[in-house]
Amino acid sequence: MSKIEHVIPIIKQKTIRTLLEKGERLDGRKPMDYRDVRIEVGVIDSAEGSALVNLGNTLVIAGVKLNIATPFPDSPTSGALIVNAELIPLASPIFEYGPPKEEDIEISRVVDRGIRSSKLIDLEKLGIITGRRAWFVYVDLYALNHDGNLLDACMLAAVSALLTTKKPKVHVEGDEIRILDEKEPMPIENTTLSTTFAKIGEYVIVDPTYEEELAMDARLTICYDKDGRIVAIQKGGSGYFTPEEIIDLGRRGLEISRKLINKLPTPLSSNEV
Amino acid sequence: MKTKIRLIDDSGKRVDGRLPDELRPLRFEVGILKNADGSAYVEQGGNKIAVAVYGPREVHPRHQARPDRALLRTKYRMATFSVKDRKSPTPGRREIEISKVIREALEPALLLEKFPRTTIDVFIEVLQADGGTRCASISAASLALADAGIPMRDLVAAVAVGKADGRIILDLNHLEDQYGEGDMPIAMMPSLNAVTLLQCDGSFTLEELEKALKLARKGISTIYEKQKEALRSRYLDITKTYKVV
Repeated sequence: MSKIEHVIPIIKQKTIRTLLEKGERLDGRKPMDYRDVRIEVGVIDSAEGSALVNLGNTLVIAGVKLNIATPFPDSPTSGALIVNAELIPLASPIFEYGPPKEEDIEISRVVDRGIRSSKLIDLEKLGIITGRRAWFVYVDLYALNHDGNLLDACMLAAVSALLTTKKPKVHVEGDEIRILDEKEPMPIENTTLSTTFAKIGEYVIVDPTYEEELAMDARLTICYDKDGRIVAIQKGGSGYFTPEEIIDLGRRGLEISRKLINKLPTPLSSNEV
Repeated sequence: MKTKIRLIDDSGKRVDGRLPDELRPLRFEVGILKNADGSAYVEQGGNKIAVAVYGPREVHPRHQARPDRALLRTKYRMATFSVKDRKSPTPGRREIEISKVIREALEPALLLEKFPRTTIDVFIEVLQADGGTRCASISAASLALADAGIPMRDLVAAVAVGKADGRIILDLNHLEDQYGEGDMPIAMMPSLNAVTLLQCDGSFTLEELEKALKLARKGISTIYEKQKEALRSRYLDITKTYKVV
């Protein structure tokens, strides 16, 4: 829990609820309207992959760094994926520096789960020498401006950065690994994105702003892969959903994700790197 | 990496001989710890979990106190010997995330507004883990909260559903969790038709999600009955012991 907590004036909460009764929202959106998404890739030269995501006023940057390291003993032939999200004080008065908090960890783990469950990257193809060397993929996310729905923004940023990551080729001779100047795309097998809903009273909206998050009772994030399969779900907040609501949101999320998926960059092909 | 192993045999039985919609043996015990204001113990399959509730009590550090309601704090921890390879005693990211989702699964059930400026602390210690520990923890924690006399809207009962060999199965064990095609922990307040925890990884179609929710609900209603039974037997025992009418 963040030490500094923002509260939303009761009058604003009431406004949000009264508007929802009429199917409207503070920023003029309909309950199931997603904010504009703008994604820019390759924004950081020092990273092997990067993406800057604008989701309304929410701004998130992702960077991918690749390292060669010793594979984990339980997966000697494959590489590894490590996702880390940091909600830094630059992004909002409610964030502070310090050890990672629950919120940061939750975002990291849900993004990780979406990428892993959808098998977006074929980690098996990132092994170099069995049991000895493999590529470790670090996806680091920083919130730069927090106006709600950091989870979806982080997911879009992480996936966009991975789809456009340029991995150095390696030359292996016995135990010697030489990193070449030549690059190749990542072994991309799928794609994933998340849609987050907020329940305010009896109403459900998609892609909540920060003010709407302050007024919300519960949150539901559903991640889909490119075939529309659900690859991760996370309920948050101190409220609840009925099973009927969950099934309905599963359908709505799928529709929204089908539109959103077009915003993602196309994976690099080998002649683009 | 995941290797292929068969989780359901030709006769439709699972690795531990259960049917797809069958729960593991389940046993609750209420009031097992003397110092705690409320406590519970659960054995579900190979899981052994103890839960203690302290509170409502004074909040430390003070600035965390809420003027309008009690603070709910949950700590889910695994004992170092609860798994095959010794677990480091420092809490990892998994334990921190699970502590958060457990808190959010219990919170809707509690009338926290009855105890402003106090805290209710829930400590969960997994002594032996066999898949589905967060769900077993939630079921036991809600009993410990009831044992502590915290007013609640309903008990919270939880179970994981998942997918193995293309079939939706109930109450995954460790093997099914590791080698299956998906895991979906679900917690509900059964009498209020309210889902308070829902997570998932793996790969599910919308139809499978619907099926999974339905199966979870079936499992949860059985667990709910066992929870009520455990509470009754605890308090009926007291009535006998102290001859209170």
